[in-house]
Amino acid sequence: MAALSSYSMPTEQPAFSFQNQPQSHASGGPTQHSFYPYTDNGGSTLGISGSSFTIIAGDTRMTSGYNILTRYAPKLFRIGGEGPEHAGAKIVLSVVGFAADGQALQERLDMVVKMYRYQHGKDMSVHACAQRLSHILYNKRFFPYYVQAILGGIDEEGVGALYSYDPVGSYEREQCRAAGAAASLIMPFLDNQVNLKNQYEPDAPQGLEKPQLQPQPLDRQTVEELVRDAFTSAVERHIEVGDGLQMMVITKDGIEELYSPLKQD
Amino acid sequence: MNHNPQAWGRPRDDVYGAYNSQYLPQHHGGPSAHPTTHTQSPIVTGTSVIAIKYSTGVVIAADNLASYGSLARFTDVKRLKPFNRKAVVGFGGDVSDMQYLDRLLSSLDVQENYSHNNDDPEDTKALMSAKNLHTYLAKVMYKRRSDFNPLWNSLLICGLDEKNKPFLATADLLGTTYSAPTLATGFGAHLAQPLLRKAVPDEEASQKLDKETAVEVVRECMKVLFYRDARSMNEYSIAVVDEKGVELKEKEKLENQSWAFADQIRGYGTQTV
Repeated sequence: MAALSSYSMPTEQPAFSFQNQPQSHASGGPTQHSFYPYTDNGGSTLGISGSSFTIIAGDTRMTSGYNILTRYAPKLFRIGGEGPEHAGAKIVLSVVGFAADGQALQERLDMVVKMYRYQHGKDMSVHACAQRLSHILYNKRFFPYYVQAILGGIDEEGVGALYSYDPVGSYEREQCRAAGAAASLIMPFLDNQVNLKNQYEPDAPQGLEKPQLQPQPLDRQTVEELVRDAFTSAVERHIEVGDGLQMMVITKDGIEELYSPLKQD
Repeated sequence: MNHNPQAWGRPRDDVYGAYNSQYLPQHHGGPSAHPTTHTQSPIVTGTSVIAIKYSTGVVIAADNLASYGSLARFTDVKRLKPFNRKAVVGFGGDVSDMQYLDRLLSSLDVQENYSHNNDDPEDTKALMSAKNLHTYLAKVMYKRRSDFNPLWNSLLICGLDEKNKPFLATADLLGTTYSAPTLATGFGAHLAQPLLRKAVPDEEASQKLDKETAVEVVRECMKVLFYRDARSMNEYSIAVVDEKGVELKEKEKLENQSWAFADQIRGYGTQTV
């Protein structure tokens, strides 16, 4: 499986995600102060693709330990398009994990997509962009970008495309994916509601052969409601998620951005 | 005559002897007795920096103390550095790294001044805005952390952006950046930020805030920080950046302190209750 939904910091002990120092030291040796170049800035993201659209969403809170650093730090980025405003862009990247790496990754991918258009005179397909993102991540295999990325767009057939990544570039195309601090809360909900896991034909007779419900592409309104429900629930149970919900809906006509407040507690 | 142009104008070895590289650092050809070292922890440090955006500008403050561990070592260290008439940087963390960044910014300012007239208020096209400066500093910080040789600071960069709107953002030793209507580094993130957010809960509120209230809120926060932050002092610098330029005061004293709460504190110290 490509992107592990419950990707956590390197520790065996149960811990909050923000305990960012390696947990165990070899005892006996002198204690060395060493610079640890990563931190976890919390937050969560989520993407769902439909038959003619893809929705990517993320909360806007940024944290450091128990501190809220800011209530509005977007985790969703338009990729490509024209100029610094990304006019006409049709690809969205969401990154969650270490915010500085996320920013650096976003800038690199944006530059690649813009250079592609400059050199080839046509827009990069999501398929190509997805593979390029994998290569960018794997290029830093031994000093990784500490982020879980989700890339969304519309493929060449006009169907919603969604790709999810682990920090070192392993990726796959999926129908839905949750990432970040509350991924372990949101992903099971998505498994059940989008991929209809553990849901069976209600009218079939009781027994071992009860057929499972087959997932169908969802319409846009249903998906938006699922995203809102997923985040309002995650806010209740995870302290690193909250403040605002940013959603980007990618269709063949472009990107529509929606923002709605979440609880600030 | 020596026909090697590189040697012209230099002290001649046959007169003065070969150059003694004993005192140079290793990467300039010095002795290799010691390995090159990177900052692994800060030594002389400055504490919190706090800032708040108001309708037409930004207020930023930091005290004038540089501590050596728990020793209050230097008491007149100016930690707010004006870059140009649109931007001020506030430094928390290691003071030597702050001085390095200050030199870096000075040379950047010299380069920038070749491209336009800094004294002409009409000539703003090429003037580096606070936003430009923040991008620059964030890249410097991220590059250094990626080289495992961090600059041990947290910076607040404030001033006006290219549209002359108030701008406030931060960059730290990991290269992490973010922006908010109120920001505080170090101890201020715990003590001052809640007070600042009470005054300015969101962007909308900051657009309604006037300069006098903003300055008053910041001064109040500096007082609270002095009450409770053991690495702080009662003399501080405060700067206001708006379209009129930078107004920097570097010798402000805390006023109207009230230590009435002190005798209410129980549970440690000498009382026998």
